[in-house]
Amino acid sequence: MKILVCMKQVPQKDAPLKLNEGGTWIREDVSYEVNEPDAYALEEALRQKEKHGGEVVVITAGPARAQQVLREGLAKGADRAIHLDDNAFVGMDAMNISKAFVAAIKDDKFDLIFTGLQSDDYGYAQTGVIMAELLGWPHATIIMEIQKSDGGIKVKRELESGFFQHVGMPLPAVLTIQSGINKLRYATLLGIKQAKNKPLRKVTLDEVKSSLSDNMQKVEKLYIPQKSKKTEMLEGSPAEVAKKLVEKLRNEVRVI
Amino acid sequence: MPAFKFRGVDFIELDSLMSDDERLVRDTARRFVEENLVPIIEQCNREGRFPRELVSPMADLGFFGANLQGYGCAGMSNVEYGLVMQELERGDSGIRSFCSVQSSLVMFPIYALGSEEQKEKWLPTMAKGEKIGCFGLTEPDFGSNPSGMRTRAKKVGNEYVLNGEKMWITSGSIADVAVVWAKSEADNDRIRGFLVETNRPGFKASDVHGKWSLRASVTSGLSLQDVHIPAENVLPKSDGLKSPLMCLNQARFGIGFGAIGAAMSCYDTALQYSKLRKQFRDQPIASHQLVQEKLAWMITEITKAQLLALQVGRLKDAGKVQHQHISMAKRNNVWMALECARMARDILGGNGIADDYPVIRHMMNLESVKTYEGTHDIHALIIGENVTGISAF
Ligand SMILES: Cc1cc2nc3c(=O)[nH]c(=O)nc-3n(C[C@H](O)[C@H](O)[C@H](O)COP(=O)(O)OP(=O)(O)OC[C@H]3O[C@@H](n4cnc5c(N)ncnc54)[C@H](O)[C@@H]3O)c2cc1C
Repeated sequence: MKILVCMKQVPQKDAPLKLNEGGTWIREDVSYEVNEPDAYALEEALRQKEKHGGEVVVITAGPARAQQVLREGLAKGADRAIHLDDNAFVGMDAMNISKAFVAAIKDDKFDLIFTGLQSDDYGYAQTGVIMAELLGWPHATIIMEIQKSDGGIKVKRELESGFFQHVGMPLPAVLTIQSGINKLRYATLLGIKQAKNKPLRKVTLDEVKSSLSDNMQKVEKLYIPQKSKKTEMLEGSPAEVAKKLVEKLRNEVRVI
Repeated sequence: MPAFKFRGVDFIELDSLMSDDERLVRDTARRFVEENLVPIIEQCNREGRFPRELVSPMADLGFFGANLQGYGCAGMSNVEYGLVMQELERGDSGIRSFCSVQSSLVMFPIYALGSEEQKEKWLPTMAKGEKIGCFGLTEPDFGSNPSGMRTRAKKVGNEYVLNGEKMWITSGSIADVAVVWAKSEADNDRIRGFLVETNRPGFKASDVHGKWSLRASVTSGLSLQDVHIPAENVLPKSDGLKSPLMCLNQARFGIGFGAIGAAMSCYDTALQYSKLRKQFRDQPIASHQLVQEKLAWMITEITKAQLLALQVGRLKDAGKVQHQHISMAKRNNVWMALECARMARDILGGNGIADDYPVIRHMMNLESVKTYEGTHDIHALIIGENVTGISAF
């Protein structure tokens, strides 16, 4: 199986969040890491390759720093990498990122494309789905398990409140992978060294530009939620106060 | 589980001075420590137990002999090796000590001073963690001044016979092989290194008990009574005291990085604690000037130490490092880590002395780190001799 894994570099979850001056995005000088669900997508792809053979290719879009996620992918066992290398990819919406990816892989023939369920920064959960639409392939989201079957795959999806769905689908297909479905391997020091010699193809913005359109989504304003405290005195007899309190707890605070 | 999750310490965009691969090595080691060492270390420390179960996973990642080329070693740069040490010591100085000894004090001398047969025999199995090594230089009566050592090797036919006592030997009783430094009668009493398999008759290791530092690392005394080893067990290129000192330079380099890890752990704990803990007018203690001064001191010293270690690492990778550079990194960085541990302990108040937080453990560990591999003062003498040209030992 030939699997493409889309990996995004996102600001580190535990690092203190710093917003840019315009309050439209996060400052560049934060620490970055691999988007968590993408790490699980990569792990799943590597496991599929170990079972069925084939090739794992990792792809990312972002500035030079984003190459780190590809290095990590290669060090863990991916065979090659594709880097859509431009600052402009940072502010792009999911539609354009998907178009750029599809344009960048037009000469490749993949059986499967994995993305993480969603990105930890924008949280759109769209890229995989839109790519499937652009390619005309079937897709399934929130995947927990993948099994090869005759002529296709069987996947397990996570639904709400502990329910699961089992879906059979043909290949090629796009799957968006849920976090925590497998145990992530480490990049070994030897793997990191060997990754230096694996192919990494750079794709410029110009090469995919003709496929892109204007952004349809834009972040207007980003802010850290303000904590506010409010004290309200309830007046009246104990019975009246109790009644008002229950009402407030039910309708305003919504805890009962 | 620890009270706070470690968040890394980078005040001046130091990450931008590192390559993608260097950061990846650091992050890999950090994740390994977070997932495997941090959850068990306080219990190990209480019990005085070395977590041997981590040897094989550390080997799988390539931590042992990481900066050596070939023989199953990862072939990392010295900066990358240093970053692994930093992350291990962020977890615990004892685990870092184990790794330092295995890599720099046993694998390195075999690599640099050994015969091809010795390298083939030991390096791959030590890189895999299947064999463990220890380094015997210090003796009960000779610490800072190892040249006075009494351990002797006498050549009898095709064998050497070793006699003597070694003290404070990390991993002594769990080692399969000891690099023993002894005066060789056949070489005019010059100090030479010998590979002594620990199952040879006459070799005994007994652990030091009652340690209040490096409790998660094994420390032993070695006794060698008429231990016979084949002549081919001598390290052929070892010649004089400079040979063990060359090994110590490797390990000291790792400590220069390692100590930063312990300091980062203490600083990060103190910072997070000070923002949560409230005293007076319901204000976090972080809002008091005296507390801020401590935090400012710590982050400044850690940042200076990071720059020092990184530059010494770059020099080492360029083949230009001098032993006095490494002495400065070891001396300064361990000192600053110990000061950070003490300040962090202070900021945590009563909680600072309990092992719900890693601070007191780091502080006690660092007392050993300050002493071993050349004491703080001995390194002052090394630097002093270098700048004045006058030996003051
Ligand atoms: C936990 C632990 C693990 C260790 N692991 C190993 C190991 O694996 N292998 C190994 O070989 N050794 C090991 N050591 C030994 C260590 O290297 C020695 O403890 C160290 O070299 C200091 O020697 P000493 O303890 O005999 O102190 P001493 O040499 O007696 O020093 C005592 C004090 O005197 C000072 N001093 C000595 N000489 C001078 C001087 N000329 N001028 C000014 N001050 C001086 C020192 O700075 C120190 O403050 C370990 C030690 C510890 C604590």
